[in-house]
Amino acid sequence: MKLKLHVWRQNGPKDQGIMETYEVPNVSPDQSFLEMLDDVNLALAKDGRDVIAFDHDCREGICGMCSQVINGVPHGGQERTTVCQLHMREFKDGDEIFVEPWKARAFPVIKDLVVDRGALEKIMQAGGYTSCHTGGVADGNALPIGKEIADYSMDAAECIGCGACVASCPNSSAMLYTSAKVAQLAVLPQGQVEAHRRVMAMTETAKEQGFGNCTNHYECQAACPKGINVKFIAKLNREYMKALFK
Amino acid sequence: MILDGKCPTGPIETSWDRHRFETKLVNPSNKRKFKILCVGTGLAGGAAAASLGELGYNVHAFCYQDSARRAHSIAAQGGINAAKNYPNDGDSIYRLFYDTIKGGDFRAREADVWRLAQVSNNIIDQCVAQGVPFARDYAGYLDNRSFGGAQVSRTFFARGQTGQQLLLGAYSALSRQVKAGTVVLHERREMLDMVVVDGVARGITCRNMVTGEIESHWGDAVILATGGYVNVFYLSTNAMGCSVTAAWKAAKKGAYMANPCYTQIHPTCIPQHGEHQSKLTLMSESLRNDGRCWVPKKAEDCEKPAGSIADEDRDYYLERKYPSFGNLAPRDIASRAAKEQCDDERGVGPGKRGVYLDFADSIKRLGEDTIRERYGNLFEMYEKITAENGYKQPMRIYPAPHYAMGGLWVDYNCMSNVPGLFVLGEANFSVHGANRLGASALMQGLADGYFVIPYTIAGYLATVKPGQVKDDHAEFKKSAEEVKADIDKMLSINGTKTPSELHRELGKVMWEDVGMARSKESLEHALKRIPEIREEFWNNVKVVGTNEQFNQELENAGRLADFFEFAEILTKDALNREESCGGHFRTEHQTADGEAMRNDEDFCYVAAWEFKGVGVEPELHKEPLKFENVKLAVRSYK
Repeated sequence: MKLKLHVWRQNGPKDQGIMETYEVPNVSPDQSFLEMLDDVNLALAKDGRDVIAFDHDCREGICGMCSQVINGVPHGGQERTTVCQLHMREFKDGDEIFVEPWKARAFPVIKDLVVDRGALEKIMQAGGYTSCHTGGVADGNALPIGKEIADYSMDAAECIGCGACVASCPNSSAMLYTSAKVAQLAVLPQGQVEAHRRVMAMTETAKEQGFGNCTNHYECQAACPKGINVKFIAKLNREYMKALFK
Repeated sequence: MILDGKCPTGPIETSWDRHRFETKLVNPSNKRKFKILCVGTGLAGGAAAASLGELGYNVHAFCYQDSARRAHSIAAQGGINAAKNYPNDGDSIYRLFYDTIKGGDFRAREADVWRLAQVSNNIIDQCVAQGVPFARDYAGYLDNRSFGGAQVSRTFFARGQTGQQLLLGAYSALSRQVKAGTVVLHERREMLDMVVVDGVARGITCRNMVTGEIESHWGDAVILATGGYVNVFYLSTNAMGCSVTAAWKAAKKGAYMANPCYTQIHPTCIPQHGEHQSKLTLMSESLRNDGRCWVPKKAEDCEKPAGSIADEDRDYYLERKYPSFGNLAPRDIASRAAKEQCDDERGVGPGKRGVYLDFADSIKRLGEDTIRERYGNLFEMYEKITAENGYKQPMRIYPAPHYAMGGLWVDYNCMSNVPGLFVLGEANFSVHGANRLGASALMQGLADGYFVIPYTIAGYLATVKPGQVKDDHAEFKKSAEEVKADIDKMLSINGTKTPSELHRELGKVMWEDVGMARSKESLEHALKRIPEIREEFWNNVKVVGTNEQFNQELENAGRLADFFEFAEILTKDALNREESCGGHFRTEHQTADGEAMRNDEDFCYVAAWEFKGVGVEPELHKEPLKFENVKLAVRSYK
């Protein structure tokens, strides 16, 4: 099939940026979206033109590197799907497609579709861990953890840290991202000791990094390629209140 | 030269404990004076950086991704082995040790493998303490499953995302150290050279992938935990950024490359769909626990829908050939068997390079819900890529390059022949021999990072003075200039072929000639073709853009340049090894029924290659392998 692609091109954080249009012939429905972009880049490179920069790595939907807003929706709108797992059979011949980077104040553009997500790292570093030392821990089975709790924790832990939740949120809130880590550890016995400190430090850091607050739009859940549920935001709020009034 | 792995002697059961006691220590107040560079932040690198930072060393960690959490360890699905024997089914450290040695076709060091089996249990405890949500049963205890090549259930898992959860555990430990100020993290950096002064590793040169700046970093020790090299085949299950570059730069500075011909071709990958494909996708081999592999008995049935082929017209070839292991036969065996069926014109799907993995019987026995609970994410992934529903019709699978057992040569302390250079995880050659068993890569990465390097690096650091050579040394300037010159050269050629086109050409040669089955003839053909394509690269590559920008074309070109040089040494190793073992199958060396035939008389050694220059014959160094605790046997899964 044939497509018309409008891609955001921006040469660094200070550049104003512009939407450029590319005609893409011979797109196979079995190709992934990124493989289609590879073909566009191959043609650009052959022409001696600057290729479209985009983040990608595992191309299996797990590393969280790929980050594009397609037709206004982070990761393109197919349920529970990262851009790298989005296939061209989801589009039809003659479609016009708009491709943009994550848009949020906390994510400055590095080039074209590549943004700096360092702000998410800062949230993690503020408390997204249990402070256990390497070695000197108890046997793995010393502490039975109910299957329901382990499953709940795993549901939260599935977050791949891509930032689609931020990109989809009208407030550019990182609440779903933050809550996933807080909830994963808050329900486990190992996470109890630092539960109060963790939720305070992580939410405080999110604010400092320029992410907004949650006002219940639920766009994050819809955009999340791993289907992380907004119930974890409720859990985060509860943990926050517990810490506030401890 | 005969290499010495410096393994402890005496009873193997106490070898690691004795070695730990005999290894020198670094005084707590001196630790912060030592600067350690750790390249790569996957399971091995992330765990090492976090653990060393916690011990008080001054650690600098580097990764090419935008976050340490994105290293390709994250893609591992199935699980991690440990000799806990929680299910009471006969497991032990000795059995895990034995299975790993046997699985590796008796081409790994006994002492290294014993240590791996011994610390495997600590890993599970460590991960649980970090909050890794392993699967649990209704009583709240850790759940286990069996996995390719093992007859006990020793595999711990977190749904189909075990690698992700273990990596996030290591990443959280690393994040904690970054916050504490013991680890400085350098993201979006690619190591492009290792700096060696008077034969000792003293630092690295890397490129800031955002600004193009060439940076020099000095360290009292350099750790490479930079993964494997199977992207030399172009299409593989590795991430797009995985490369041999860091390891190869070290090899060019004198580190030996060991057993590069041991590459693992994973049996359960989604078959290739077309010419524009950029990578192959793996599905966990845990699928083989409930899926049955088959192809039609008659070639003329291959075009028919799978459902219309009667049971008696199907060849369940793994169950037929290996009745005791059946569909759980180890990876090298399952992959070769799939290739045999397709070579016999009985493959299915486009291009007839595929075999069926059928869940119909399991669904009948256990119900679709149980299968969904076990493998739901894999069926979902399969459907996204192929638009086929694996519950309704059998999946199609085909082997794909997946893992490198070979890597930089290291001694028992994980130190290479270049003093001060340590190599961990997939990047070294140490424990998997000629074939890796499922769920053992995660085990090795974390064993090396959490429980080996924190002890063994002290033994080295205790013998050196901290900060003896810093980045003002002339060698750092020279290295940076050489790196810059290489970049300028690639940018100035302005030919007609892009790096990805040339990488595809190299990959085709490697897959056809140096892939699942190798012969003297095919290897010699590859040795003729590789230099030709390399020549074309240095005369006709087109790399657009400049160094002083975010430039993925330039990154790819640099990685490809290293693959060209490395591919030759891989092929030479395969040509030298006149036997079949594990993932290395020489068609000249097989039994009458097509099984691999080892030659213990002549090849029971580690082949460590010393790079002597591009186009110059590399020098082979041998480390003889001694087996005192297991008996060399023909590996049989029948």
